[in-house]
Amino acid sequence: MDWGALHTILGGVNKHSTSIGKIWLTVLFIFRIMILVVAAEKVWGDEQDDFVCNTLQPGCKNVCYDHFFPISHIRLWALQLIFVSTPALLVAMHVAYRRHEKKRQFIKGDQKCEYKDIEEIRKQRFRIEGTLWWTYTSSIFFRLVFEAVFMYAFYFMYDGFRMPRLMKCNAWPCPNTVDCFVSRPTEKTVFTVFMIAVSSICILLNVAELCYLLTKFFLRRSKKAGNPKHHPNHENKEETKQNEMNELISDSCQNTVIGFSS
Amino acid sequence: MNWAGLYTVLSGVNRHSTAIGRIWLSVIFIFRIMVLVVAAESVWGDEKSAFTCNTQQPGCNSVCYDHFFPISHIRLWALQLILVTTPALLVAMHVAYQQHQEKKLLVLTGHADPKHMEEVKKHKMRISGSLWWTYVCSVVFRLLFEAVFMYIFYMLYPGYQMVRLVKCEAYPCPNTVDCFISRPTEKTIFTVFMLVTSSICIVLNMAELVYLVIRACARRGQHNSNPPSGKGSFYGHKLSEYKQNEINQLLTEQDGSLKDMLRRNPGLQEKGDRCSAC
Repeated sequence: MDWGALHTILGGVNKHSTSIGKIWLTVLFIFRIMILVVAAEKVWGDEQDDFVCNTLQPGCKNVCYDHFFPISHIRLWALQLIFVSTPALLVAMHVAYRRHEKKRQFIKGDQKCEYKDIEEIRKQRFRIEGTLWWTYTSSIFFRLVFEAVFMYAFYFMYDGFRMPRLMKCNAWPCPNTVDCFVSRPTEKTVFTVFMIAVSSICILLNVAELCYLLTKFFLRRSKKAGNPKHHPNHENKEETKQNEMNELISDSCQNTVIGFSS
Repeated sequence: MNWAGLYTVLSGVNRHSTAIGRIWLSVIFIFRIMVLVVAAESVWGDEKSAFTCNTQQPGCNSVCYDHFFPISHIRLWALQLILVTTPALLVAMHVAYQQHQEKKLLVLTGHADPKHMEEVKKHKMRISGSLWWTYVCSVVFRLLFEAVFMYIFYMLYPGYQMVRLVKCEAYPCPNTVDCFISRPTEKTIFTVFMLVTSSICIVLNMAELVYLVIRACARRGQHNSNPPSGKGSFYGHKLSEYKQNEINQLLTEQDGSLKDMLRRNPGLQEKGDRCSAC
């Protein structure tokens, strides 16, 4: 179970996203996950081994490393990416539930069901409206919240995004104050800035998607409000059709029952 | 065989689970297994090489590490995840057995064409009858394993915080020696995270158990107020009520209108049975 599996899971959700959602997913996988796996993990690979302190005191290096890096950048980003991509699963679950309902309708032989084939139901793309709109909007909202929380945690823990070359440590058992040197500080700064920039782009994309969904929602609402005549007629047509169906069914039942009893 | 292999095996079970079961499976794979593989393993990767003791005595390092970490957190979690996910295989086996029975039935009733065989494989089994008992047992075992491992964790590592310093006096260390653990804060963060997700999984399992019991009681209540009438059939005394409905559906499949009508009017089922037996 690794990033590839997450990609498979989330790829399915892609079909039901808006265009901005699809762009966001692409940015997430290519500019964040892929960079993390292919480049950043190697930069931070020797972070503890090559963290050197100017002392022979055993244990001082461990303690100083732990003091300055309570949680490594790499792990923070991995957790951030996992949390940020999982709200999309809410949408996936909702879509799966809707598909399941349509399949049930189809199997029951409900005439209202407009699909000719179960395969068609499986492949069909649902419009983002009704309850699915709310689920989708909530998922974007959660994404935004998680991104913001992790950005804040990052800034809070590492006091700015720059990786210093030298850190002065005086935690026990280090004698007095000891100089400790971080491995590859410039490369780490470059990647940190890159990941923060891409994270900000993702936040912007999410905000844009939220605005787009809200705009679509209000436009649709104003259209419905502006054409009140069509809506009840349309509903009445559906009801009349259903009533006719019900009559036909009950008629055929009567005939069959009579047939059986004779 | 790795976590991906386990994922493939358990995805099949997913189809026959309840909604809570599917959520539980997602939490297991995304928030526990994935976090373990992608993040936690690298935190514990250098746990022994970076475990430093303030001594030059050979062997002291190894002995102290072994004394304080009889089994590494990572291995404990891996064992826990494997044991917790495997009861779902009981359900998979039972479903496979039921599907096998249905296929045999199809062959007996002369409907052994590939299309029907495929449908048997694809359709979702209802969690009722003996499958309900198997499913409930699997959820109980899951709960048990989770609780046992949480307890073992607490016994081995009382309190869930990883300390920076441990004092060791095991032979051959001279007197008392200070030993320093690598990345204690990061380890504490991940330990707490894994414990929280474990508790969430326990809560989900309990909710699923309660849901299954309530559903069974509700179904029983319905059953008592509408007593079944599936008697007059040649296969009726050998097979359960569930299989009887399956046979009726298959036998009337040729006549599409009759099938539709029977579905919409369950009260006609009895008449349908008698007719199919003639």
